[in-house]
Amino acid sequence: MDGLQRGSAAIVGVAESDLGAVAQDMTPMDLMAQGIHRALADCGLGLRDVDGLVCATAQSRTSGLNLAEYLGISPTFVDTTILGGSSFMFHVAHAQAALQLGLCKVAVIAYGSTQRTIGRRQASVREYNPYETPFRPFLPSTAYALAASRHMHQYCTTREQLAAVAVAAREWALLNPVAWEKKPLTIAEVLSARMISYPFTVRDICLVTDGGGAVIMTTAERARSLKKPPAYVLGCGQAITHANISSMPDLTVTGALASGRAAYAMAGLGAKDIDVVELYDAFTINTILFLEDLGFCAKGEGGSFVADRRIAPKGSLPVNTNGGGLSYCHPGMYGLFLLIEATRQLRHECGARQVADCETAIAHGNGGVLSSQSTVILGTRATL
Amino acid sequence: MGRMEQSPLAAYQAHLEKGELAYQWSPEAQKAVFYPRVICPFTGSDHLEWRVSTGLGTVYATTVVHPAREGPPYNVALIDCDEGFRLMSRVEDLAPEAVRIGMRVRFRVHRPGGDDPPYPVFVPMEPP
Repeated sequence: MDGLQRGSAAIVGVAESDLGAVAQDMTPMDLMAQGIHRALADCGLGLRDVDGLVCATAQSRTSGLNLAEYLGISPTFVDTTILGGSSFMFHVAHAQAALQLGLCKVAVIAYGSTQRTIGRRQASVREYNPYETPFRPFLPSTAYALAASRHMHQYCTTREQLAAVAVAAREWALLNPVAWEKKPLTIAEVLSARMISYPFTVRDICLVTDGGGAVIMTTAERARSLKKPPAYVLGCGQAITHANISSMPDLTVTGALASGRAAYAMAGLGAKDIDVVELYDAFTINTILFLEDLGFCAKGEGGSFVADRRIAPKGSLPVNTNGGGLSYCHPGMYGLFLLIEATRQLRHECGARQVADCETAIAHGNGGVLSSQSTVILGTRATL
Repeated sequence: MGRMEQSPLAAYQAHLEKGELAYQWSPEAQKAVFYPRVICPFTGSDHLEWRVSTGLGTVYATTVVHPAREGPPYNVALIDCDEGFRLMSRVEDLAPEAVRIGMRVRFRVHRPGGDDPPYPVFVPMEPP
């Protein structure tokens, strides 16, 4: 991305808020504040250091106002860009730009959702679309199912291959103490679960949990003096291809192709250089589409790529090491958690699920119905 | 651009009331535009012509929605019309799971009744 300098800023603190099913009457702002408090402790900074406020939630139209008031701060830089679940990858690029320009010195990126507690319909009201709503698509699932139908038609991708994505995510989740799902999952169980929108059963679809968290960013210079090893922002890229699935140009090719290319170009890296891969897996087809579009396998080969445990623990490519939106946590806009896990992998903090010799990570966010794609490449000091 | 006397949606629905599937044509882009708009997404021009589709198309993508609570499974599909535009719809007159990508289909207006405006559905061109 022209203008952003490779490694000019870094993620220095990360934390989840409470996850899963949070206490009754907790608000998105409570979860954001909790995430910010923990993430500041993670890097040794305080709330008075924060002069950049970046946040998104589906449950507040003016989240920037509400969060600034809640925290008692008057930030010099605010961004509340909301483009679905990938918003937080867009935020990283925006925060990096603000840090480079001196618009702020320490930026927090925060998220909170209580969709499980209050119900998905309450948390995220769907806009009426006269060209889609009359057909009663069960959104977002139906949109992703249409993309899966096309991938199956063009590339002979099978339901078993889709299920392999869910099974791999579950195996990773069993290594993550805070993951929602605690029991093993088989391909047969995925296939025989309740059908939602063909070819997806409920096990091809992400969880519905509460949750939130925060990421703290600062300049590369300041990052060096903080508590933990920084995760430097090596590359950012973004692409918007449509809003509604009926306007997506090609249902088998996502904007991740363009966002990935931009991020790789900025980072001076390619897929072969990435040690750990965190992809926005709201549906099993996502992982396959993004592995293809981000260059980890050829277009059309994603199904066979995931079929032989290649992305599961001890496989050749570690993908969604926290257990993903499918088995760890998915409060509706999942992107922030990809950044948290990528940073922890680069710091070698991940215990049983830690990827050995992890120096580079890709965190790829997806928003809407494959609509907004945003890629962030992070690296340790050794990669600068 | 002058004041619009009729919204793009109202013009589209007026065609449907007459049993027609309408779309816009961008002369500068030489492309069909759907859904209807006030400017062309290919050129930015406000020069868009209304045309009536032959109503013939091909299933581009398809799924069957299984309602969680009540009601039978139903089809949702994306249809590529022969004039070069795509829309969401459903294919009727056959089981929802029998709808296939590549199937040739023909437009039929669906009138839900009450205050709800008509909308386009499709049926197979060949009997299943």
